[in-house]
Amino acid sequence: MTPARLLVLSFLLFSVGMYGVLARRHLVGMLLSLELMFNAGNLAAMAVAWGYGRAAGILLAFFGIAVTVAEVALGLALFLLVDRIRRTTTPDDLSLLRR
Amino acid sequence: MSDLVFWTGAVLLCACALAVVTARSLYRAAYALSGTLLVTAAFYAALGSPLLAAVQVLLYTGGVLTLVVYALVVSRGATETGPPRRPFAAAATAALVFGALASFGRSVPPATPAAPPDGRELGLLLFQRYLVPFELLSLLLLAALVGALMVARLERAP
Repeated sequence: MTPARLLVLSFLLFSVGMYGVLARRHLVGMLLSLELMFNAGNLAAMAVAWGYGRAAGILLAFFGIAVTVAEVALGLALFLLVDRIRRTTTPDDLSLLRR
Repeated sequence: MSDLVFWTGAVLLCACALAVVTARSLYRAAYALSGTLLVTAAFYAALGSPLLAAVQVLLYTGGVLTLVVYALVVSRGATETGPPRRPFAAAATAALVFGALASFGRSVPPATPAAPPDGRELGLLLFQRYLVPFELLSLLLLAALVGALMVARLERAP
């Protein structure tokens, strides 16, 4: 049980979340994968806080959680708006700027 | 924290994370995400920060799961609309990022154990040294709340 192991675990979580963001076809699925990436970041901050006795790392994870919750609220509001106006839940259908 | 606890948590965490990115039903993905967040909270508790674990369970897991499930209920179709988009390219990118990060992670110095800060110390830090970020955070949360309401309220300008 070392900070290095914890960091590698959080890197793994981050990569899994990244795969989800790239491969998901549903907006909420992408948002959930994004949550995984945020959570990995918080875990890394906490690992450093624990391994090297930095209290600021705990506060960083604390702030990270608060920011993430705000981001989820906003993201889901945008998702509901897209769902109602554009009648789709797939980001592939939202390529107006490309045409 | 013993090795057994760490490896159990790590396996659970990875299993839940894989379920989040692969489940067809987004309800399942959301519940798997809450599993991930709960195991992370257990990690926080094991790392000597029960306060952060409580915040994680109450605010993060409870809040996010409620919001996501509610949004799925009122929207159309809560399942994936097709096969994953370019799964191999996505997996290769993710593996590349992991490799880059892990090669950085190999060079971290060994731990220098210290007594974990208790709630009193954290509170003092939060309200003295980090008071301005804390207040900015409350502003951000208010702005996000108002913004989410504005965005989701489907009312076009005349």
